[in-house]
Amino acid sequence: MNRALILLRRRLVGSIFVLLIVVIGTFLLLELAPGDAVDAYIVSTGGDAGMIELLRHRWGLDQSELTRLANYLWALLHLDLGQSVAFSRPIRDVILERLPTTLILMGSATALSFGLGSALGIYAGARPGSFRDRFLSIGSLALYAVPGFWLGLVLIVIFAVDLRWLPIGGIESIASIKTGLGRAADIAVHLVLPVSALGFIYLALYLRMTRAGMAEAWRQDFVLAARARGLSRRRIVFAHVARNALLSLVTMLGLQSAQMLGGSVVIESVFAVPGLGRLAQEAVAARDTPLLLGIILVSAVLVILINLLVDIAYALLDPRVGASETGA
Amino acid sequence: MNPLRRFLRVPEARAGVVILAALLAMALSASLFFPGDPQAIAGPALLPPFKDWSLPLGTDRLGRDVLAELFHGARTSLAVGIAAAAAALVIGAIIGTLAGFAGGLIDELLMRTTDAFQTVPSFLLALAFVSVVGPSLGVVVAAIALGAWTGPARVARAEVLSIRERDFVAGARVTGMHPLEIAFREILPNALPPVLALSSVIVAAAILTEAALSFLGLGDPNRVTWGGMIAEGRAVLRTAPFLSIIPGIALVLTVLGVYLAGEGVVETTAVRRSLS
Repeated sequence: MNRALILLRRRLVGSIFVLLIVVIGTFLLLELAPGDAVDAYIVSTGGDAGMIELLRHRWGLDQSELTRLANYLWALLHLDLGQSVAFSRPIRDVILERLPTTLILMGSATALSFGLGSALGIYAGARPGSFRDRFLSIGSLALYAVPGFWLGLVLIVIFAVDLRWLPIGGIESIASIKTGLGRAADIAVHLVLPVSALGFIYLALYLRMTRAGMAEAWRQDFVLAARARGLSRRRIVFAHVARNALLSLVTMLGLQSAQMLGGSVVIESVFAVPGLGRLAQEAVAARDTPLLLGIILVSAVLVILINLLVDIAYALLDPRVGASETGA
Repeated sequence: MNPLRRFLRVPEARAGVVILAALLAMALSASLFFPGDPQAIAGPALLPPFKDWSLPLGTDRLGRDVLAELFHGARTSLAVGIAAAAAALVIGAIIGTLAGFAGGLIDELLMRTTDAFQTVPSFLLALAFVSVVGPSLGVVVAAIALGAWTGPARVARAEVLSIRERDFVAGARVTGMHPLEIAFREILPNALPPVLALSSVIVAAAILTEAALSFLGLGDPNRVTWGGMIAEGRAVLRTAPFLSIIPGIALVLTVLGVYLAGEGVVETTAVRRSLS
């Protein structure tokens, strides 16, 4: 446990630095945008030149770039992301409202892709070169080439339009005033298609990685040793080969989280899921750049947190990690 | 056996090359077979595929020829995919080489910047960049490259770190070569092969990102894109699903072709390595 704590502290220091670069980057993008918050505000409310002047001064927009960057950082330190023009509410509140939906979507898609992907990968990698191995290998490559948003539309055509088994979009039935378990079941039914559309691409990725990791493990000495000891094939596959392949898969979970968050933008738009991704699209449509950059910042924090969790999990699972760093 | 023959003996590579050749032919012949504006009205609206042989794949909501749009869309997909991947590889190779060769504070700064770019979801970054600067082909290429250079940068840096201690680099130092000249003329060319091995994955990702951006309405409005066609068809998904499904199939085949060709290259070079 001590080992994990030391690792955590090292990563936290690095993360703060990375986050600072992200903040400066988003500030530059904000500067790049034509017009500023006042222009956007005036467009939506109307006002004369004197009003514009007054607002610029009040919001500190008439100061130098460096002062504004300092103000921006100072506000961020107080968890203040500014005011959303499109929603006329603090950006932080708008984002926090949408965040849980995206987390549920991402979590379910990760569980689906990781669980099914690694299981199929073990199935394929247990007998390298066999028919099922080749079939799953080609199949996963084809699946990996499918754009998630298009897969979503195809799933809608089949399961929502033709078969009418599942709802076409949204996160829950509008008319329902269900509570507790009923509501959870309703949300689950609505999530089946978006989770599949988001998860299937990563399923292919995890399948291929498990398979590759197992192919690697089969060549290792410890597998030869296990064979020499006369262990059954089943035991060798699960206790030695698959175990090593899965360990490297855990790090992929963290690395893929940023990609999945990006993918959920399009998936949420296809299925009208009111999450962070759909919010990003609404921000683009309303030309609300501060909101869009707030979403990027929150996403970066989320990705850093997920990677921290994955690193800790990995350190706990693999006793070799960090052993040298702690001087043990 | 020469490398090309060996490459074409891998079944995956053959399939990939056939698909990519067909796609290239589509892109190059688009103005030959379908001269004029592919976004012009060509017939009655919402004509289903295989009904009228002058419009084999039917027409969309506004009566535009789907096949003509498909041909012209191949151009955009290939052009954006290749340009964005090339830009990402060049930027990545330069930054990775600088970081690996310079070491110290420059290395630390460049690599933390790489971390920062990997922390932000690349699709969100592309979305923000296009929405701030305004959609055009060049901006879309830049937006995609912005999120794709980190992989090549990491690989280039790792290669450079192993190469810079070799004897020929020490030799170049002794002759008094400028450090930047050593980095880019002596080290970078030797570090390139593993960086270039990433190109198929990056081209495929770039094509998919372009499609997703166009799908959300952030592609170049003056060009036909497959993503834009899918979005167009979405409005009539219930009555005319083929309008969204056809360009999607083209997209899947294209990306699959790129992956298969990439697999072929990996397999060919792996065989060569095990032979030597």
